[in-house]
Amino acid sequence: MATDLNILSSNINEAFSGKVVSLEERLGELTLVVNARDMLPVLLRLRDDADLRFEELIDVCGMDYSAYGSESCEDGKYLPDAPREGSRFAAVYHLLSITHNIRLRVRVFAVDDEMPILDSVTAIWPVANWFEREAFDLYGIIFVGHPDLRRILTDYGFVGNPFRKDFPLSGTVEMRYDAVQRRVIYEPVSIEPREITPRSVREENYGRS
Amino acid sequence: MAEIKNYTMNFGPQHPAAHGVLRLVLELDGEVIERADPHIGLLHRATEKLAEHKTFLQAVPYMDRLDYVSMMLNEHAYVMAVEKLAGIDVPIRAQYIRVMFDEITRVLNHLLWLGASALDIGAMSPMFYTFRDREELLDAYEAVSGARMHAAYYRPGGVYRDLPDSMPQYQASKIHNAAAVKKMNENRQGSLLDYMEDFTNRFPKCVDEYETLLTDNRIWKQRTVGIGVVSPERAMALGFTGPMLRGSGVVWDLRKKQPYEVYDRIDFDIPVGVEGDCYDRYLVRVEEMRQSNRIIKQCIDWLRKNPGPVMSDNLKYAPPGRESMKQNMEELIHHFKLFSEGFHVPAGEVYSAVEHAKGEFGIYMVSDGANKPYRMKIRAAGFAHLSSLDEMVRGHMLADLVAIIGTQDIVFGEIDR
Repeated sequence: MATDLNILSSNINEAFSGKVVSLEERLGELTLVVNARDMLPVLLRLRDDADLRFEELIDVCGMDYSAYGSESCEDGKYLPDAPREGSRFAAVYHLLSITHNIRLRVRVFAVDDEMPILDSVTAIWPVANWFEREAFDLYGIIFVGHPDLRRILTDYGFVGNPFRKDFPLSGTVEMRYDAVQRRVIYEPVSIEPREITPRSVREENYGRS
Repeated sequence: MAEIKNYTMNFGPQHPAAHGVLRLVLELDGEVIERADPHIGLLHRATEKLAEHKTFLQAVPYMDRLDYVSMMLNEHAYVMAVEKLAGIDVPIRAQYIRVMFDEITRVLNHLLWLGASALDIGAMSPMFYTFRDREELLDAYEAVSGARMHAAYYRPGGVYRDLPDSMPQYQASKIHNAAAVKKMNENRQGSLLDYMEDFTNRFPKCVDEYETLLTDNRIWKQRTVGIGVVSPERAMALGFTGPMLRGSGVVWDLRKKQPYEVYDRIDFDIPVGVEGDCYDRYLVRVEEMRQSNRIIKQCIDWLRKNPGPVMSDNLKYAPPGRESMKQNMEELIHHFKLFSEGFHVPAGEVYSAVEHAKGEFGIYMVSDGANKPYRMKIRAAGFAHLSSLDEMVRGHMLADLVAIIGTQDIVFGEIDR
């Protein structure tokens, strides 16, 4: 497997010279980072090049890096840490080559934190349709060129992007049946946010002696 | 001439053939489906977000509730992700136990699928047969973990405890007298391994019974042959995995191609379809049950001969034994830290996938070095399969829609997460 990864990484470096922001192997997995403006040609070539041939898109995962490495206090909010470098939102693509029996992870950061925009890969892999709708729903990442970018997992008429790190775990609204109005109504949440086990980050090599 | 308009119909969310809470908006031309728009998310519980607020150990039971008909397979992907990220070694006996229960779970899943999808198409009897046999496997679940379904049996570092030496017995009651109870307890006299061995000896006959009911059944073939055909190229583009991909003739199984745990030491075959229709996927799944039975047999043989630990001895990740905890200060501290603060996993990211009964079930875990995951993404096979529903049902009749939903083996726990 390790030699396969070496061959793959040299193939990638060869195919995309100048477009590779970083290419790193860790824990037996290869991660490629490319810029948002290069993503479509790179991903298309990853699918079609005979040496790469990633026929299957396994997963698209939205990411919000805004709280990376920070701790939390008892109400579940993240404590502000040192300001982070780099973009806040990213999409992580997991590719699988059935021909070569190898996996690759591609990470693309969205440049603008306020309005994260990436290109849609639905034209390359049709399966991306729902995965991108999910990332749009949960993180508010906009995929340009998507044929039908709607919410998918949250309620009809939902407001906000629930998986962003600044969205509370308990949400913002709760619903109940109102006997007077004889319909289901939405109200602001009544429960207090709490975190039983706070999130804590230890120094490097903690527990590894 | 009268003007003919397309008819828009709402299917579900509460419909027996919707396998849970699927809502479909269908555009029909007479009885032919022109477009299907699945509305999902009615069972969305934000498992991934909840896991970001739980320690690594606390998130294990959430995994059972994802695909709630193949519980331990979900756990497996999760614990493998944690183990890979933290570099925990799993004892070999625990790996065999995991493989055995993975295959028990696969049989459980396929039995439910077989009964339910045959019921959707109108065959009542297979359901009774499959549930008769499912019950015995759920008893194995209960014996080993204490829970019939939501086991939480796999833990980072191994499994919760070793296989029990005795099986729970039925007690005489108003309904069952002593003689009847004695008969029911006949296969429960020995250990769990004896019980499972008895099951694996009988099970191939049971699969023959299901096949007698369906494989050459004229109605079953009329409803499944040539329905929902997917070409191999299209199956890959649509992100199919597992039996859906193999039904289209692509030879792909993670247990063979990217073996995890001890699958590389076990002898089994991968069934592959030819036509890529519902009938081929049915045949693939039935054969998978026979192969799972073979794997379980081999695991039983190995487990009988090789006793040993079932949990890692790395106390930073795995809890100490109860006795040593009550005698040694060091163990007590470890126990306290593990179950209060939880263990810390080094920063990094990992994707671990298992060959789930439904396809590839993967966990993408990002840790920033804290006691909780920074991000955990669940890659559910059913999500990709259901997203292709529109393409698969176009041009089919409304009744075939039910056959296609059945063949996709949809479970909403994992799709909506």
